[in-house]
Amino acid sequence: MSPEKASPETMSLFSPKLAARFDALVQKYPLKRSALIPMLLYAQDEIGYLSEAVIAEVAQRIGISELEVRDVASYYSMLRFKPAGKYNVQVCTNISCMLRGGYEVYERFQEELGIGHKGVTADGIFSLEEVECIGACCWGPAIQVNYEFHDELSPGHVPGILAGYRGKAGVLSDGSSSMGWKARTEGTDPHA
Amino acid sequence: MPRLVSHPDEVKIVTSRFGKGAAAIDRYLELGGYEAAKKCLAQGPDWIIAEMKASNLRGRGGAGFPTGLKWSFVPKQNPRPKYVLVNGDESEPGTCKDHLIFLNDPHAVIEGTMIAGLAIGAKVGFIYLRGEYRYLLEIMEKAVADAYAKGFLGKNIFGSDIEFQIVTQTGAGAYEVGEESALMESLEGKRGIPRIKPPFPAVVGLYGGPTVINNAETIATVPHVIEMGAAAYAATGSERNGGTRLFCISGHVEKPGVYELPMGYNLKKMIYEVAGGIRGGRKLKAVVPGGSSTPVLLPAEIENLGMDFDQVGKAGSMLGSGGVVVIDDQTCIVAFALRTISFYQHESCGWCIPCREGTDWLKKSLTRFHAGFGVAKDIDNIQYLAENMMGRTFCPLGDAAAMPTLGFVKKFRKEFEDHLNGKPCPFAKHVELAVI
Repeated sequence: MSPEKASPETMSLFSPKLAARFDALVQKYPLKRSALIPMLLYAQDEIGYLSEAVIAEVAQRIGISELEVRDVASYYSMLRFKPAGKYNVQVCTNISCMLRGGYEVYERFQEELGIGHKGVTADGIFSLEEVECIGACCWGPAIQVNYEFHDELSPGHVPGILAGYRGKAGVLSDGSSSMGWKARTEGTDPHA
Repeated sequence: MPRLVSHPDEVKIVTSRFGKGAAAIDRYLELGGYEAAKKCLAQGPDWIIAEMKASNLRGRGGAGFPTGLKWSFVPKQNPRPKYVLVNGDESEPGTCKDHLIFLNDPHAVIEGTMIAGLAIGAKVGFIYLRGEYRYLLEIMEKAVADAYAKGFLGKNIFGSDIEFQIVTQTGAGAYEVGEESALMESLEGKRGIPRIKPPFPAVVGLYGGPTVINNAETIATVPHVIEMGAAAYAATGSERNGGTRLFCISGHVEKPGVYELPMGYNLKKMIYEVAGGIRGGRKLKAVVPGGSSTPVLLPAEIENLGMDFDQVGKAGSMLGSGGVVVIDDQTCIVAFALRTISFYQHESCGWCIPCREGTDWLKKSLTRFHAGFGVAKDIDNIQYLAENMMGRTFCPLGDAAAMPTLGFVKKFRKEFEDHLNGKPCPFAKHVELAVI
């Protein structure tokens, strides 16, 4: 971690806003540890993935061991230990989406991006995942890009969706990402 | 943005404020919001529980346990703090009703949580949303903040001397966390592994305190029950099944969507009239009546089937979570069974051996079978594996994987046999199933 990227008072890996959010979060529960899962997800949203440094800081903030943090984090499918693309495309292929062409949509994303399940594009803009039911069954096939839903898709929608995010990636290449990913990893930034 | 649908047969109770901007607190108040909570505050816990019992409202998560009875199990004299926990971890494939509730009527969830809290004497309620529902969590968080600003939540709710706090929580991707004890584990910052019962959550739950856990739809229904009166609510449904239900009709229908229909509504009518029939003029092959864990039904079995917990149970399946998945005659049931079991294999927490190993073997067998490498013995083996999972796990996930599998094998044995001896899938459009 480069020192100039940490907030000076706390030497925290997280932005002052996120650090303040964590401070408020641990106050909300009878037990501090209840903040663990939200904390990991919010940290991942900012940093991109659960790096060694993220795990260490979350463990320290909650007051449990890094091993315990890893033990919990490895259970939840949204938490990851490796960087994903700036826009993580999650395609549901579960039954309701499958019946209406979810696999065809997923295949089209694979073709357009040239990557498979859990792959990341060379430019780091996109990653792709085949995911379980995302709760959009009546509007399937459905996908999520980071947290954004896209409903009632056909393979023909895929290039347009990708072009939209490519455009956004261009606009926000200064790092002022409004959601999800931010290039503040400790020297392992795949997009630098 | 998820589309809202409408049909003349709908009885809009829970969905009555949908599409009316009720996520804004002032609009919610204009539409009669928070009156039910005020009434409950005046009437007290015994009255609330009596009303809930009389309403015949049954848990909308899937098990159909009577809500009033569940609340009455919480011991009055207990030194530990009591909690209300709202299960918005909606993850059962085919189910997307809570999605619409959080989006369109977040204050109904808050109001229902308050009423549950008043009924059992809890001072804190937790509303847990699955991690994928981030935009809905933000809507809920805004609604909670607005309710605090108005003094509806906090140390003195509606100016009374009663305290009630609400905390929202995000998950991070785990179907198993929808099981009530795994949900409590997750909220305590742990892996979502189910707890051994008894003790039941009503006695020893969250942080060791007595806890009532209700599905988000159940909770969102509560203010309406109070508002319209238990008797009127009960009369809307069928015998012992009060009110309406949000049925999520998906798959091969012309008009998929979430429809609010009275309990006991005929399933055939639901598919052919409400949802506009089978897409492209095809024929119905099968229907999964209540989310992917419920055994499949054949067209002949739905002729006179009323959709309530008791009638669907009698028909050999379950009303479950209200996810009606409609399958047309161009679908390969083996592929469908494989996709279903792949999900449970992926989501099994791995604690109980019959579930961990069973789902894995079922997935392996079905993958091989669907690829044309099955042998006749496999069909019996798949059935044998599923039968041996039934009732042998700590939580219902094992059963949830075994029950639909048994249904597919028993009701579509011929289709399994058609895949034998290296024959390709009999359906022209072969679905290549990727391994998750």
